[in-house]
Amino acid sequence: MATVVPTSSATAAVERALRGRRGDWKGVAFQAALLATLVTALLILTVLIGDVIRTGLPVFRERGVDFIRSDLSSFAVRAGVWQGILGSATLMIFVVAIAFPVGIGAAVYIEEYARDTRLTRLINANIRNLAGVPSIVYGLLGLAIFVKALGAVTGPDVEGRSLISAGLTLAIMVLPIVIITSAEALRAVPQSIREAGYGVGATRWEVIRSHVLPYAAPGILTGTVLSLARAMGETAPLILVGATTGFLGSNAGFFESFSERFTALPIIIFRWASLPDERFRALTAAAIMVLLAVLLLMNSVAIVLRNRYDRKW
Amino acid sequence: MIASPIDLSGSPARHRRERLVRGAFFGAAALSVVVSAAIVASLLGRAVTFALDVEPGALWTDGWSPRRGQYDLRTIMGGTLMVTAISMVVATPLGLGAAIYLSEYAGPRARRRLKPIIEILAGIPSVVMGFFALAIVAPELVQRLWDSAPLFTLMAAGIAVGILVTPLVASIAEDAMHAVPSALREASVGLGARRMTTTLRVVVPAALSGIVAALIIGVSRAVGETMVVAMAAGGTGSAQGFLPLEPGQTMTGAMASLATGSDQVKGAELTFEAIFFVGMLLFVLTFSLNVVSERFVRRYRNRY
Repeated sequence: MATVVPTSSATAAVERALRGRRGDWKGVAFQAALLATLVTALLILTVLIGDVIRTGLPVFRERGVDFIRSDLSSFAVRAGVWQGILGSATLMIFVVAIAFPVGIGAAVYIEEYARDTRLTRLINANIRNLAGVPSIVYGLLGLAIFVKALGAVTGPDVEGRSLISAGLTLAIMVLPIVIITSAEALRAVPQSIREAGYGVGATRWEVIRSHVLPYAAPGILTGTVLSLARAMGETAPLILVGATTGFLGSNAGFFESFSERFTALPIIIFRWASLPDERFRALTAAAIMVLLAVLLLMNSVAIVLRNRYDRKW
Repeated sequence: MIASPIDLSGSPARHRRERLVRGAFFGAAALSVVVSAAIVASLLGRAVTFALDVEPGALWTDGWSPRRGQYDLRTIMGGTLMVTAISMVVATPLGLGAAIYLSEYAGPRARRRLKPIIEILAGIPSVVMGFFALAIVAPELVQRLWDSAPLFTLMAAGIAVGILVTPLVASIAEDAMHAVPSALREASVGLGARRMTTTLRVVVPAALSGIVAALIIGVSRAVGETMVVAMAAGGTGSAQGFLPLEPGQTMTGAMASLATGSDQVKGAELTFEAIFFVGMLLFVLTFSLNVVSERFVRRYRNRY
């Protein structure tokens, strides 16, 4: 019987290798580098928000609610964001009233009705590509159609550069995002739920109304809130559609204001940031704080919705 | 009683309602196609007018200066290229590093906490980042690194766009790596591979098409980014050249300043059409990028 007798030096080497941790310096360095990138990314954004708060907080300390309730002004001591808040809020009404029903409807068609034909696939690809089109291109669409072509309807006194034009433009901009997120929520509803409905004789619409939509509602709601947040912070399309940055009359009624000139919170930030006056820097930061607070609120609502109603099938 | 076929088919009113609802949903879906057709149509008309009316020489002169009828495309396309390149130099290592850490190294609890934070950061509006570029990136970073640099530079705009794009790249790339089945990782670890080897040789190659898609979407976003450039790149209207440490103009910045009026001169009719011409170029560029990224995404979806 031939046995291989290990030499003592080989045994020692194997024992050494098995005992204790091997020094994996490359692995440790790799992990440290990865962690560093994550920390750097988060740190940059902390610095950004920290700087905004540091610069903007004195404005709130000095003027408090007055800053929020004041109209636009070229004097730093009197300028406030109230008109921007009103403008942004009204623009959001357009998004909610137009983009949400149309977007959710389109998602229902794509997920529940459409068969997998070439046309359906074309529509699908089309929607995904629309979601990636830069927002300024939607501004061009609004400029060409709502401002120039339909100017007589959207804002006869202001050459079409009105709140309606801007609201429609933003609604069209977020439409693809609403469709995509809603379609995802509908897709997550298991097929068995639908089959149970058909099994008791319900028609397709009855199944959708009473089974599919209620189960998909939290997901749809999360997606729509997030797309609303996206529309809220958007600036470029509003610039193209002609948001005003200067004086703004504020005595028109709610519905009359639709066809008047308008401004919005991000537009005010853009305008103030480009003013050479140092005092407006603090105002810009304060306006950013207002915008970020609103966006954070929206995002938290979305996350709470997702966590509360998220169900596993 | 035996039900006749007529009884089984249900009430006509119910059928009518079905058809009506179906039609309404189809209309909503068709609207999306109408929107993209409208985008193309609204861009095309004026873009063609511009292309026909502009002197070919004006598209290839020394500088972008619509006020003087100079529409040098090299300047603004070079500016876009420069800003995009700088932003990806920032966003690629930061975004992919963060994605790999979150997907492969962070524990499930850390991942659950950090992922939503990154998603919220991806939603920071670009005006806010423009302010950040002006208030911090330009004076505290660019001007410290290069003494002679002015406040408004393509470099400052590019870095800020990179910061803006980082969470987006991180989030999409993390999704792609997270979708790699853990059986692949376990097989690799079972063969005795270290974590770094598993990550770099197994997970990253398996998710490669998703990672590439994340980068392409990042590029597409950077190309279309408007506000940061309009606020921090300093091309108020005219610009010459596209050196990183000088003020410059990008395609999006040129459109914004044409629209805000720093260039809008009544009488110089083509400035208005020029917005649409540049917009058309931008649309074609981002559209092709999106189509390419779509290809990559589909590839990794099909596999797992």
